[in-house]
Amino acid sequence: MAERPEDLNLPNAVITRIIKEALPDGVNVSKEARRAISQAASVFVLYATSCANNFAMKAKRKTLNAGDVMAAIEEMEFERFLQPLQEALEAYKKSQKGKKEASELKRKDRERKADDDNDRSREEDIEEEQDDDEGEAEEEVEN
Amino acid sequence: MSSNKVEENVSATQALSGRSTSLPMSRVKLIMKSSPDVSHINQDALFLTTKATELFVQHLAQYSFRKGCGKERNALGYSDLAKAAEEAEPFHFLTDILPKKILARDYLRSLEERTEDSD
Repeated sequence: MAERPEDLNLPNAVITRIIKEALPDGVNVSKEARRAISQAASVFVLYATSCANNFAMKAKRKTLNAGDVMAAIEEMEFERFLQPLQEALEAYKKSQKGKKEASELKRKDRERKADDDNDRSREEDIEEEQDDDEGEAEEEVEN
Repeated sequence: MSSNKVEENVSATQALSGRSTSLPMSRVKLIMKSSPDVSHINQDALFLTTKATELFVQHLAQYSFRKGCGKERNALGYSDLAKAAEEAEPFHFLTDILPKKILARDYLRSLEERTEDSD
């Protein structure tokens, strides 16, 4: 898939919001500064990915995992992020587990309903056949 | 449906410590995949990278603002960011994309001085 250059940028509105909420009220952030921070964030993703990938390759794995990213963040000297990242990850995994269980329940519910519908329509078919038989019997009598 | 609305109204700062992300994970994944030699990214790794990027934006903005030499004290400008990239080690990887700016005439002058030296 060919990526257009703008695809490798992060949405400006979100970047602006994060910046605004990080700074005291009323601080004016120039357009140039906002653009620069956005570009810096994209470069951060690339740097973190490359670093994490080195850890994965060392472990002879083809899939980047959470441990690789954490190791990369530490290597990049952003240790201050490790604690909040760990907490966020735990909350995320819990919510993913909850979602999975909820969709499992929905699936089982749907299957059960489908079975009920099948049973009901089979009963209706049997009733229709009985009606038809009665109809044919009447015709014969008339002829 | 109403729970979705609640999540939207959660501020970006609150989201920074929580299980949801402000930055879209799909876009972060696109950027990650553009890196050579990267084949698969597990979902937790994608979440962490997205979260870390949000923390990075917050940190870069705050650091640059505090240490900035901007003309107004209540503003954050490009030069504050370039200064942060040069002075703080963790931000050194940004020096290529956040170069310090110099006036054109200063640059031309330094060019002249260099050619004079080689004569």
